Amino acid sequence: MPTFVYMTRCDGCGHCVDICPSDIMHIDKKYRRAINIEPNMCWECYSCVKACPHQAIDVRGYADFAPLGHSVRVIRDEEKGTIAWKIKFRDGREKNFLSPITTKPWGSEIPDFRNEAQPSDEMRNSELLAFEPESIRLDDGGLHTLKSNGLKLKEGVYY
Amino acid sequence: MSYKTIIEDNIDILVVGAGLGGTGSAYEARYWGRNKKIVIAEKANIDRSGAVAQGLYAINCYMGTRWGENKPEDHVRYARMDLMGMVREDLAFDMARHVDSAVHKFEEWGLPLMKDPKRADLPKGDIGKGAYMREGRWQIMIHGESYKPIVAEAAKVNADKTFNRIMVTHLLMDDAKENRVAGAVGFNVRTGNYHVFKSKTVIVGAGGASNIFKPRSVGEGAGRVWYAPWSSGSAYALLIEAGAKMTQMENRIVLARFKDGYGPVGAYFLHLKTYTQNAYGDEYESKWFPALEKMVGKAYLDTENQHFSHKPIPTCLRNHAFISEVNAGRGPIHMVTMEAFQDPHLEEVGWENFLGMTVGQAVLWAATDIDPKYVNPELTTSEPYVMGSHATGCGAWCSGPEDVSGNIDEYFWGYNRMMTVDGLFGAGDAVGGTPHAFSSGSFTEGRLSAKAACKYIDDGKADGINVSQEQIDTRKAEVYKPLETYTVGRNEIVGGTVSPSYILPMPGLQRLQKLMDEYAGGVTVSYMTNDKLLNIGIHKLKILEEDLDKVAAEDIHQLLRAWELKHRHRTSECVVQHTLFRKETRWPGYYYRGDAMKLDDDNWHVLTTSHRNRDTGEYTMEKQPLYHLVDEKDK
Repeated sequence: MPTFVYMTRCDGCGHCVDICPSDIMHIDKKYRRAINIEPNMCWECYSCVKACPHQAIDVRGYADFAPLGHSVRVIRDEEKGTIAWKIKFRDGREKNFLSPITTKPWGSEIPDFRNEAQPSDEMRNSELLAFEPESIRLDDGGLHTLKSNGLKLKEGVYY
Repeated sequence: MSYKTIIEDNIDILVVGAGLGGTGSAYEARYWGRNKKIVIAEKANIDRSGAVAQGLYAINCYMGTRWGENKPEDHVRYARMDLMGMVREDLAFDMARHVDSAVHKFEEWGLPLMKDPKRADLPKGDIGKGAYMREGRWQIMIHGESYKPIVAEAAKVNADKTFNRIMVTHLLMDDAKENRVAGAVGFNVRTGNYHVFKSKTVIVGAGGASNIFKPRSVGEGAGRVWYAPWSSGSAYALLIEAGAKMTQMENRIVLARFKDGYGPVGAYFLHLKTYTQNAYGDEYESKWFPALEKMVGKAYLDTENQHFSHKPIPTCLRNHAFISEVNAGRGPIHMVTMEAFQDPHLEEVGWENFLGMTVGQAVLWAATDIDPKYVNPELTTSEPYVMGSHATGCGAWCSGPEDVSGNIDEYFWGYNRMMTVDGLFGAGDAVGGTPHAFSSGSFTEGRLSAKAACKYIDDGKADGINVSQEQIDTRKAEVYKPLETYTVGRNEIVGGTVSPSYILPMPGLQRLQKLMDEYAGGVTVSYMTNDKLLNIGIHKLKILEEDLDKVAAEDIHQLLRAWELKHRHRTSECVVQHTLFRKETRWPGYYYRGDAMKLDDDNWHVLTTSHRNRDTGEYTMEKQPLYHLVDEKDK
């Protein structure tokens, strides 16, 4: 069933319910633990697996083409800024991978424009977006236009 | 019914759907509209929503103008070539000239972009030394597992409110002025409450459509669609029903991908230099090209020169060779990975590429003991998808920017990315004719829309908006009707899912998928259709629409699925109308018109548009002129 939840590990905290993009992780009313209610709408995106604080959620590949006996486990660590994967093949072979997920402390570099100076009217009436043109080429060059690039738009058949 | 009505009033900019496009809008709207009220309505949780929820291992649209790698017009010409000429080149140019600034911001916010050690000496700037690692001419490689949560932060910080778990079902129209948008309504998929957003402008950043054509998978695997299963065509249904003009809706896309898992092939072809062969180990593409050249013309495929030059072959034409070879009995097609994967670095890239954006493919290979170092994995061609941000251009007909499109009446009506409905803007899948935007380009389109929306408001264009209580109440009754239909109909039967009075969302979806597959060129008919089939398809879609009036929902979750189905149905209807209108085979490998098996530049070197009458449901189809970017000196 794409994702599934181990009975003894889940405490019903609902992190998976909060994050699932497909709205298929729900809390089972009888057992008060998480359950995937609609496996054929599961993308195996692992959002819930990564969000679970108890490693209670795992994935069993889609039954219409994936045989049993495999696993792809993950630990995503926001503090360290890394993600670690362990792949186990049906025949027992293993592969491990580790990648960065961010280079900055979470959210530290996002500007809140309410705290910054208003853009000028000249900027407003130009074709420039926030922080442009500097942020495009990181030099003094302006925005590319038809004129600057010696172009025009012409009707007809061109390839 | 005990559901509350929650009204959010006096919104300036409402962002419907916050994937990469919508997040770009919320961020940029605050830059130009410091005192404006900016609200996001998102179907899932903004931290993991949209097509990038799972992450990405590449940013497919980056010019590299800072290192002189490409100019915006180079990208436009590339998109034109790949789409067999059918691109809104003004919009594509505009996106390409801004897109690098979005990517530089992503890096500033913490997204890990890979650097090329061979180009470590390349300039400085304030965002790290060294040029980015190129996967291909337009693609750069990233460690993008957290791409979405990082970008979502920029939207959340700058929006006044973010409403998660709101399925937006309809746009609101202004009762004071014809053809002007006034907000949106929907319901919370957890509480069930009815949400009304009254807004001066709306930017639709919702998703394209997966799951409208019958998928190759027969069970659970239907979830492993190429485009996310939660992409329910809302980008199109909301606009079509608001009366916006749509374009290029016939231009569905079929993907050649790793079989069943639909793992991406871009990094494999471009970076790992793997290649394809048929079941018998032979190269197969070139032998199909001479006949294909006759079908599309030498200008689009020059067998003698193109195949041996560095000019890429349009994706659909490579699909055509793939499909033809399989139908000739020499499948499966394999990706030759065994050579590249002997290099441990490339092997790592190959695996991490999946773990970063299509984990399901890694799950499948683990389950089937496929280690691409020792086995060449199978490829397949997918069921068709309808969308406008990847390598195809379905979407709404939008105005271009004044300095590029200002002299062309058909392409310009005042505000960049505004649709033919006043105050209604779009980004990502919602904007038509702008293929190859991908994640960074969609974010950029969101930014462009937001700046234009601010200007629209400041110019007084949204003054005097009025939404009547009647409109709000009518929509409310409509939104919850599937729950009532269930309650009433359920009493008639002992139990189970079979009722003579209603249809549940899943069987309804299967009916839609089957008819789209068989009549509109899906996978079981090798992507073939014709005018007769399409007309039958239109008829069946009409009957399905009558039945969808009786779609039933047992609970709020099913109510979500019911509305997704209605959006998918409306999208499909528009796709079939467009496919019928364009009487030629423009993109062999995406679909074929059996009654017009040639590309026809004499009659169809045009963009198609449709308009659905809001009262009668009738479609009006039109041809729109294609303007191409050419050298100023060109006559």
